[in-house]
Amino acid sequence: MTDVSELTDEALLDGIQRAAFGYFLQTANLDNGLVPDNSRPSVPVSIAVVGFALASYPVAVERGWIARAEALDRSLAALRFFRDSDQSGGPNATGYKGFYYHFLDPHTGTRVWRSELSMIDTALLIAGAMTSSMYFDANTPEEIELRELVDTLFRRVDWQWAQDGGGTLKQGWKPECGFLHYGWEGYNEAILLYVLALGSPTHPLEGDGYRAWTATYQWENLYGYDFLYGGPLFVHQFSHAWIDFRGIRDRFMREKRCDYFENSRRATLIQREYAKRNPNEFCGYDEHCWGLTACDGPSDDLSAGTGVPRRLFGYAARGVPYGPDDGTIAGWAPLASLPFTPQIALEAARHMLLRYPEILIESRYASGFNSTLGSPDRGAWVSQGNFGLDQGVVVMMIENHRTELIWRLMRACPIIRAGLRRAGFRGGWL
Amino acid sequence: MQRYGSPGAMDPQGEYERERLENVRPPQWRNPVPAGRYSLVVVGGGPAGMVAARTAASIGAKVALVERALLGGNSLNVGCVPSKAIIRTSRLYADMRSAGHYGAENPDGIHVDFPALMQRMRRIRARISRVDSVQRLSAAGVDVFIGEAHFTGADTLSVDGTRLHFRKAVVATGARPDTPSIPGLFEAGYLTNENVFDLTELPRRLLVIGGGPLGCELAQAFSRFGARTTIVQAMPLFLPREERDAAQLLADVFTREGIEVRLNTEAVRVRFEEGQRSVDLVSDDYQCTVAVDAILTGTGRLPNVERLNLETARVDCDATTGIVVDDFLRTSNPRIYAAGDACLKHKFTHTAHASARIAVHNALSVRRRRVNMLTVPWCTYTDPEIAHVGLYVREARDQEIPVRTFTIPMHDVHRAITDGEEVGFVKIHVKERTDQIIGATIVARHAGEMINEITLAIVARIGLRTLARVIHAYPTQAEAIKKAADVCARPSGGSMVKSLLRRWARW
Repeated sequence: MTDVSELTDEALLDGIQRAAFGYFLQTANLDNGLVPDNSRPSVPVSIAVVGFALASYPVAVERGWIARAEALDRSLAALRFFRDSDQSGGPNATGYKGFYYHFLDPHTGTRVWRSELSMIDTALLIAGAMTSSMYFDANTPEEIELRELVDTLFRRVDWQWAQDGGGTLKQGWKPECGFLHYGWEGYNEAILLYVLALGSPTHPLEGDGYRAWTATYQWENLYGYDFLYGGPLFVHQFSHAWIDFRGIRDRFMREKRCDYFENSRRATLIQREYAKRNPNEFCGYDEHCWGLTACDGPSDDLSAGTGVPRRLFGYAARGVPYGPDDGTIAGWAPLASLPFTPQIALEAARHMLLRYPEILIESRYASGFNSTLGSPDRGAWVSQGNFGLDQGVVVMMIENHRTELIWRLMRACPIIRAGLRRAGFRGGWL
Repeated sequence: MQRYGSPGAMDPQGEYERERLENVRPPQWRNPVPAGRYSLVVVGGGPAGMVAARTAASIGAKVALVERALLGGNSLNVGCVPSKAIIRTSRLYADMRSAGHYGAENPDGIHVDFPALMQRMRRIRARISRVDSVQRLSAAGVDVFIGEAHFTGADTLSVDGTRLHFRKAVVATGARPDTPSIPGLFEAGYLTNENVFDLTELPRRLLVIGGGPLGCELAQAFSRFGARTTIVQAMPLFLPREERDAAQLLADVFTREGIEVRLNTEAVRVRFEEGQRSVDLVSDDYQCTVAVDAILTGTGRLPNVERLNLETARVDCDATTGIVVDDFLRTSNPRIYAAGDACLKHKFTHTAHASARIAVHNALSVRRRRVNMLTVPWCTYTDPEIAHVGLYVREARDQEIPVRTFTIPMHDVHRAITDGEEVGFVKIHVKERTDQIIGATIVARHAGEMINEITLAIVARIGLRTLARVIHAYPTQAEAIKKAADVCARPSGGSMVKSLLRRWARW
């Protein structure tokens, strides 16, 4: 990439966004539309990454990077695969009750790594499918088929089953042991999951599941900002990539005289405050170098023998202010906050790219970098390859910042609107 | 059942143990002859029983106290006192190992002298037992009976055949470990708080079952002594009652210190083979077996209500939740009250003390006090400590109380930075749009000391803004509370006060 200091903001963003989208072009399996979790050899498909890919194709069409027909083909391939997939819930199936296993074989689409049937990752997949459905609105046989496929996939998701007789949704299920013990506790990226579950015409969330979840929220004043606490930055970005939360409020946000968009703005500022404080004294952290979120970082085997008495977390959801924090920053994370804090996000992106040009590989962000573990000659430690989630959220959030394309599509989506209303959202565009 | 340690594990010949036993159960003690009808008979000589007896004696009541084992109860003998003593030593070892972090030279070859630290614990326990001695209690005017008590009627009980009549009674029999029903555990042998302090050798490998306060405190202490420690907790986080962030921080600290943390995991079977204990663990669909030398269980406590013949005294009770009491600590028999772990959900020494005072007050005077008026703080003495008082956010929201939390990470507190003790936070919860404190959680190396300021504020109904006017010595870690108060007292973004202040400043 050209020296970032010579690029206009628009040119910089365009270059990064196009390169991020390139991940899907380069890695997707054209036979079944599935996209791998990351670009390393022999990795499985992540169903969430497929969701981000589906949401990114319309962006690429609008920007002229690919033809509408190609985007349609890629989307149809994925949607047809999921429709026809093994839904028996067996150990080697693809899904159950309309949900899908987190990780799938890229060729056969069957479960790998004994992964869990994942509620949130299914929601991200379905949200991507919804975006397709809203974008491909022509009355051609293919686009009609696409909309029908999305409708079929959505209608068969049994959200009620995922409540397991309780209030809140479970996080996962395995054929070997049933529902996992973990539940959703505190604010996180699950707001999209709940909105979809509430918007279902066939198996809508029962009882007051949404309220039960929001009862676990913590409204905190941290570093002088009042916000709905969530440590990793991605929890303030993932649902927002699809839903325009500006001016719409549920009961909790009405009580706090805030909204989830403003909350993400504050969460971003808190990230910067944390980096300025840098309590663990890691290299590089400052007001222009921040972004603690789910990303890949160095793991413990790297510190063995270096005499560095610290724990390294590999791929982990890093967060502020309580960690985990091992000095790893996701360079792309500020750009995923671009709609909330355009100025400081761009400043951070520019500064990090100038200081650590090695974090862009062929113009595409590495998942994470760690300057503390770097060296003057080699630069920062940089995660190898690229991760699909990172690229997807960058494509979507840059687009929302530039044209609001995803937000516009989803604002018009009847299911999203119904889900938001059932969750108690009022006001604004709703 | 396999036994731990040597037959002389209690070190009964030891000087300190002799002194303690002389204090809390003198071998030559002769029970007094009952003196007619007692104003108050207290059953149980733990923290609640001792306070009840002393309180009643101090106002001139004729009091008897019956204890079947050791005066001082769990807290002195097998609970707070010994655990805090060894935790102090474990902190010292942890500090020694991180000497370089403080700019000090790392000591060469740190060797943990387990017998020495246990001996220190016994010395301290013996010293504190002087306060809780039979002789002192007797000198305070209490007739002390050592023996097994059971009720023989609505106003009588028997102590090993000696009948005591009472006008009122307080049952304060405490609680005991609730051992998990894991196949093979009993046969393989296990430790609880009742025998872990008898150990004479450090187990090389220790499995702690249960991530409550006891399990967490001792897992960390034994790990710091050098035992390769694994802790299994059936829930997704330790200390399930505590704030998620507090429990998460603790899990991170444990992992960093080398404790093998297994959350969301259950021990399902134990085998004793060739001198070691093999424990099967299950977490969702993942199963494995760990081999250890000792197993410590800390999975809750059960009230001591059996063998008291409570039905004869017409006192309702439940084997799990204990003696049924009303808000005045009165049982279904109006003559009989209960206090402490035998009847309370919060099983702490300080709640035992407070409830005992209320029980005695209500039993012997006309005006009555309610137990639910108590503001009870508590603390788990891990490193960092985790202390709480009042409501959790979740509880407040369940009660439809809107909450605003003021959070100060310890890394913003100068004294915590200079002390190298930055892990933790102060979170103070107030009712939204007021400064009324409804609860707080503190995670800090000395959180137990810091929580008392918040407790005082809640009891005295001091608002958080008022705490902003209280000068706190600089630099102290408790200054975190002042910082939270300062934020609360600061005029909000669009407030009239703030705009007036701005105008004034410009003028």
